[in-house]
Amino acid sequence: MNRNIRRLGAVIIGLYLVLFVKLNWIQVVQKHSLDTNPLNTAQVRRDYNLPRGSISSADGALLAQSIANPDRTSEFDRIRVYPEGDLFGQITGYFSFTFGSAAVERQYNDELAGTTFDQQVSGFADLFVARENVGNLSVTVRKDVQQTARDALGDRAGSVVALDPRSGDLLAFWSWPSYDPNAISTLDSKAANENWRQLNSAPGNPLRSHQFQDRYFPGSTFKVVTGGIGLQTGRVTDVDPSYPFATSYTAKNTTLPIKNFGGEVCGGTLPEILKTSCNSAFAEMGAETIGADDMVAGAADWGFNSAPPIDLPGAVRSVFPTDVANNAAKLAQSSIGQNDVQASPLQMALVAAGVANGGTIMKPHVLAEVRNSQGEVVKSYTPTPWLHPMTDVFAATMRQDMIGVVQGGTAVGMQIPGFEVGGKTGTAQLGTTPPRSHTWIMGFAGPPGQPPTVAIAVVVLDQSGANESTGGVVAAPIAKAVLTAALRAQGFMN
Amino acid sequence: MLMVVIITAGAYVLASLGSQSRIPANIVPFLVLVLGLLLGAHVVVRRLAPDSDPILLPTAALLNGIGYVVIAGLDEKLAAAQATWTAIGVIAFVLTLVVVKRPRDLERYRYTFALGGILLLLLPLFPVIGRTVNGSRIWVAFGPISFQPGEIAKVVLAIFFAAYLADQRELIATSVWKVGPFRLPDPKYLGPVLVAWAVTLLVMVYQKDLGSSLLFFALFIVMLWVATQRTSFLVIGFSLFGAGAYFAWRSFTHVQTRVNIWLDPWRNPAGDGYQIIQSMFAMAFGGVTGTGLGLGGGVRIPASENDFIFAVIAEELGLAGGALVLIAYLLMVGSGLRIATRAEHAFDKLLATGLTLLLGLQAFIIVAGVLRVLPLTGVTLPFVSYGGSSLVVNYVLLALLLRISDQGERARVPVSEMAVVA
Repeated sequence: MNRNIRRLGAVIIGLYLVLFVKLNWIQVVQKHSLDTNPLNTAQVRRDYNLPRGSISSADGALLAQSIANPDRTSEFDRIRVYPEGDLFGQITGYFSFTFGSAAVERQYNDELAGTTFDQQVSGFADLFVARENVGNLSVTVRKDVQQTARDALGDRAGSVVALDPRSGDLLAFWSWPSYDPNAISTLDSKAANENWRQLNSAPGNPLRSHQFQDRYFPGSTFKVVTGGIGLQTGRVTDVDPSYPFATSYTAKNTTLPIKNFGGEVCGGTLPEILKTSCNSAFAEMGAETIGADDMVAGAADWGFNSAPPIDLPGAVRSVFPTDVANNAAKLAQSSIGQNDVQASPLQMALVAAGVANGGTIMKPHVLAEVRNSQGEVVKSYTPTPWLHPMTDVFAATMRQDMIGVVQGGTAVGMQIPGFEVGGKTGTAQLGTTPPRSHTWIMGFAGPPGQPPTVAIAVVVLDQSGANESTGGVVAAPIAKAVLTAALRAQGFMN
Repeated sequence: MLMVVIITAGAYVLASLGSQSRIPANIVPFLVLVLGLLLGAHVVVRRLAPDSDPILLPTAALLNGIGYVVIAGLDEKLAAAQATWTAIGVIAFVLTLVVVKRPRDLERYRYTFALGGILLLLLPLFPVIGRTVNGSRIWVAFGPISFQPGEIAKVVLAIFFAAYLADQRELIATSVWKVGPFRLPDPKYLGPVLVAWAVTLLVMVYQKDLGSSLLFFALFIVMLWVATQRTSFLVIGFSLFGAGAYFAWRSFTHVQTRVNIWLDPWRNPAGDGYQIIQSMFAMAFGGVTGTGLGLGGGVRIPASENDFIFAVIAEELGLAGGALVLIAYLLMVGSGLRIATRAEHAFDKLLATGLTLLLGLQAFIIVAGVLRVLPLTGVTLPFVSYGGSSLVVNYVLLALLLRISDQGERARVPVSEMAVVA
């Protein structure tokens, strides 16, 4: 019997050799193709399980953090939670192993995970010290200002963008509808899928950051751009030309008149026509005083037709039509922010910021700084200019003209006692019956005699009415509340 | 043995550090309970069977330890249950060594074993106590305690086969029943085993326990071949197996499903193929050195603590750990077969062969299923998988092997030497 027992042993060794070969085949030969298989989530899970830094607001509110997963049987060691929910959803974004990431979570993934070169190098020195090599990130947006924007806008669809024009620091960056990133980052993949589906089919598309990923007709707020181009080209000053008082303007060789709101008669010099938001005068300024070439080039100088270089993914470019050279009617309409002109709320806030900051538009950004787990700063944002559409002198002129609009024009609702506030309203008619419009306001505020410290743009979508005062009535109180909150946050107010 | 204790304790601490960054609070009771038990078993072996093989128990303990650590990484509750079952297993191991003083004591009760084995197999089919889990009706439950009597039946029937074949092997080998050109064994002498074997297979197939059917078929054929030394039985047996497998594939949808998954798991990666695909992803992710204990994503694989525990080991400990487990089984198979060759009596030889085969082949069947070498048939990985019945029975099996070993070695030592040693 022993012979057969030994043979049996040899057979079993052979069988196990087959297993060993197959084990090698899977773990070594096929490793790469299995690891990179699209159905394989191992890599994503490992990234998801890496330690990840927190995100905080400028005033110290915790916006995102990774905590230990209470469910020990889960394949995930950590959960990403967002204590402020939808208030900062569009800024932090989500961090999901199913849907990837968005906004700051995506833009600053390497910093949060501690995998940037700088962080790795400093981490190497600490090789023998047990600590997590992550980056804790703080953003420029303040919770108090953001909350004010949210409360002021309420449940109306729209956006509020407030920034410091001197540095490009975004102070409030809010749009409604927003979303709660916890709903997508949850480890319950069934719930995450359902939430994702619902958010994608929800009215108003809550997953979009409307304040810089959507664009709307800017209406009369665009007149600041037209006026700014007029000043910069030297063809317009505060005293000349003085546009004829009229109820409408009809471009040369065309028949369609551009009417003033409610058939009003208006006209005069730049400060006057800005105060009354005079359509006929700005249409003539764009179509005749400035002309097609300088309007197109000037709009580009103000940031139109390119996406703002914000440090968040997916910024949309604002549009000024470039086919206006032989189309006087279109040029005239475009000069008052109608026809094909479209702007994101961020873009209009940057226009206001450019006026406020002596003609220089700083790059808008949300990153303040990144600190390591010892609290040392490993990266901080350095303010950088983006565009320079007008010189200091002309910017000062436009600033005074916009202050005039708040003191005695369509934007009186923005007045803040004790502060210098400038602004411009806009009402972009949607051409519906009964009339509805997107109502805008943009502007700036600061202590008297000093450069403005806050610039703002507010749009409230699809409001009833199409009167030029609509923008002032609906949007001005929101702008006033947010400007006030920002000035208070900057220490100018008790 | 001490090495095994240190390795297991070290691995447990590492796994806990890996998954929770802290040393487990229950490390002391864990060490005292599980490792103390295994050390206790070792001492018992040295007293009750001093001349037995020195490799088997430490190797089994190592496998048990690796299994425990991996299970603990998957689910602490299961690990606690597994520790309890280890304790029961070790007690059963000691009791077996105490009760079975000579292997041939078992030989006398061969028909009791045959009946008992078949009865155990049939237990799950009875109403009230029988339970169907994952499509297989192989469980019985008395109140909160549930177990798989089939696990016990395997060992019991192996004893019967060994006893019967040891007795009748000459007759079976020489008597020839000519059917045309074929020379078959005379069914007259093979009767009782054939009946037991056929009934067993029928029951297992009816219970949809494919892995056990395969194991049992192979066990019978190989034991017959070893007992009679007639290669023709092997040929006939495996031809029969081929025919049976083909028949099963044609007639049972659950067999077809298993075969289809084996041939092409990618056809339905989120459904049928999910388990095997996740298992391959896990093993590939582990690579050569593994992700580290407690750091695998094994929870993704359904039945990861049981049928697929090998995939979790291969992920967390890599190719190195997977190979180590395979080598551990080969070591045990080697020791078991060496015990068989050194045993004096036919019954001892056949029983040692049968028990070794049960162990080695069961491990092969499940690992081959996980690695997609064979279609997946759910059996446990001996000593490693989570599961009480299997663990306890394997410890009993181990005790029997050691008893045979002790007997065989003692017979080889000349009396004069014994006196000197004493």
